[in-house]
Amino acid sequence: MVTESTQSPEPPALPSLADITTAFSDVADVAERERAVKVETIDLDFFYGDVQALFGVSMQVPEQAVTALIGPSGCGKSTYLRTLNRMNDIIEGTRLSGTVLVEGQDIYAGGIDVVALRKRVGMVFQKSTPFPKSIFDNVAYGPRVAGEKNKAVLTEIVESSLQRAALWDEVKDRLDDSALALSGGQQQRLCIARTLATSPDVVLMDEPASALDPASTARIEDLIFELKKNYTIIIVTHNMQQAARISDHTAFFFEGKLIEFGVTRELFTRPGEQQTEDYITGRFG
Amino acid sequence: MTSQRNSVGDGSVPQTLTGRVTLGRLKEQAVKAVFFCCALLSIGTTIGIIYVLVTEAVVGVGDSQAFFQEVSLVEFFTETRWTPQFADKHFGILPLLTGTLMIAGIAACIGLPVGLASAIYLSEYASPRVRNLVKPVLEVLAGIPTVVYGYFALVFVTPYVLRPIFQDGLGLDVGVFNAASAGIVVGIMIIPMVSSLSEDALRSVPQGLREAAYALGSTKLDVSLRVVLPAAFSGVIASFLLAIARAVGETMAVTIAAGQTPDLTLNPFRSVESMTAFIVNVSLGDTAVGSIVYKSLYAVALTLFVITLAMNILSQAVLRRFREVYQ
Repeated sequence: MVTESTQSPEPPALPSLADITTAFSDVADVAERERAVKVETIDLDFFYGDVQALFGVSMQVPEQAVTALIGPSGCGKSTYLRTLNRMNDIIEGTRLSGTVLVEGQDIYAGGIDVVALRKRVGMVFQKSTPFPKSIFDNVAYGPRVAGEKNKAVLTEIVESSLQRAALWDEVKDRLDDSALALSGGQQQRLCIARTLATSPDVVLMDEPASALDPASTARIEDLIFELKKNYTIIIVTHNMQQAARISDHTAFFFEGKLIEFGVTRELFTRPGEQQTEDYITGRFG
Repeated sequence: MTSQRNSVGDGSVPQTLTGRVTLGRLKEQAVKAVFFCCALLSIGTTIGIIYVLVTEAVVGVGDSQAFFQEVSLVEFFTETRWTPQFADKHFGILPLLTGTLMIAGIAACIGLPVGLASAIYLSEYASPRVRNLVKPVLEVLAGIPTVVYGYFALVFVTPYVLRPIFQDGLGLDVGVFNAASAGIVVGIMIIPMVSSLSEDALRSVPQGLREAAYALGSTKLDVSLRVVLPAAFSGVIASFLLAIARAVGETMAVTIAAGQTPDLTLNPFRSVESMTAFIVNVSLGDTAVGSIVYKSLYAVALTLFVITLAMNILSQAVLRRFREVYQ
């Protein structure tokens, strides 16, 4: 049934509605599987001092899609995320072996400019972290440290970034106000706008909505759905419903190992591993 | 026991309950009173000092005239000579004020940038190992008696630093006692204060802000100067103001290094007299109680008090005004 429908989109017999949706979803899944790879890790081990946090993680993250990293607390999903823009470099005593490729380029190779890497691979954190500056200065921060001084260019970047983060209409009249005066949900969207202002290809999100109320969470999720048209998004989430709602691919981590990686709908409906099934059905974690 | 506990209505249980509460409340009250008295002691001392300063300088008690009843405020603030111990007495605070402010200014030029730079280094750059090594050294600097600093200025800074550069090199006349050497050692003296207080302010900036800045492609310098420093601005300014207040009030090193020449000058290589040095000078001498020289002591002390109080109030205001709220 599955293979048939993907080969010939019009089955001969009159199908039921359920069949049609399954068939179309499966076509979508196949397309999903064939996406180009944006970020890849090969045999990634990671250590905090003597404690190993990641064990041989090999994964291929497809481009212009949302990839969710799920798993119980302490499973290494945030650590994994932070290896992708070398954020773990700023923690003392960490060590890594294996390969991380962004568009085929080894980001841990000698001669890699970490500052340039972090502009290409942006990051949004769990806690919104607006700088104690104006809304404008927050968004303009990235371009400014990159050396942009032209006020007209900065204004342009700020406006387009705020628009892409769906915050422009709410703040366009008070760009000079302190960013700390914004609500929690607005602050998080401001942080997303600030990340977009450095024009990254990849946006890493570490539980971006976990501290927000349901309405703000919904806005962030809508935003992520919009953003994946232009960006490769990797998102860590505790919330499995959220992963199922917004992601195209899901990776399940457990005790520092990548247990299973696949197209989200498949992983949630037909998990290949017992541990994945146990986790997504709520038997642990 | 069990039955008693279960029978809430019979009254015995609430009785023991009230008894215990009363005893606890009594203890609570006693402790509160002791703490209150301790707090009162410092407030009382402050009020006492203000009372003495004001009565001797401004108001006057009983028959004795206060300083400002004999010398007008206009003379005090506009006269350019300060000669209370001479036969021809003049009471212009300006020479003492410029002496004090010049020394504090030189100290600030040295102490604030160096203190802030070391705070940024300790907070943002130093590894924990280096920090654990450098911090105690800075604290030792804070523990050196100020008289040693004065001596250091007199026997080292002036002859081996200032004179080779400014006298032998630039041909300026550097006195044995001079404002520059005093300013330099006071500047060194306030480094640990600026560094320690600023470092506290810098380190209290949430780590999340640093991570966010790094994630936007910042270098370590960008993070330190564009994010952490502005976020800690109020704490840093407060540390500056407190350090300047300390420099204005510094006595021993200044008395030894700058001398006791109340001349109105802006030449840092000449001897000046600070307000504090004058107070030392008069307090040590055999000044007759009730004489005008004796009373001038209180006028100078009051001026000094007002300046340092203003600095402290300003630093509090800055802290309040610029305090950023982090959730």
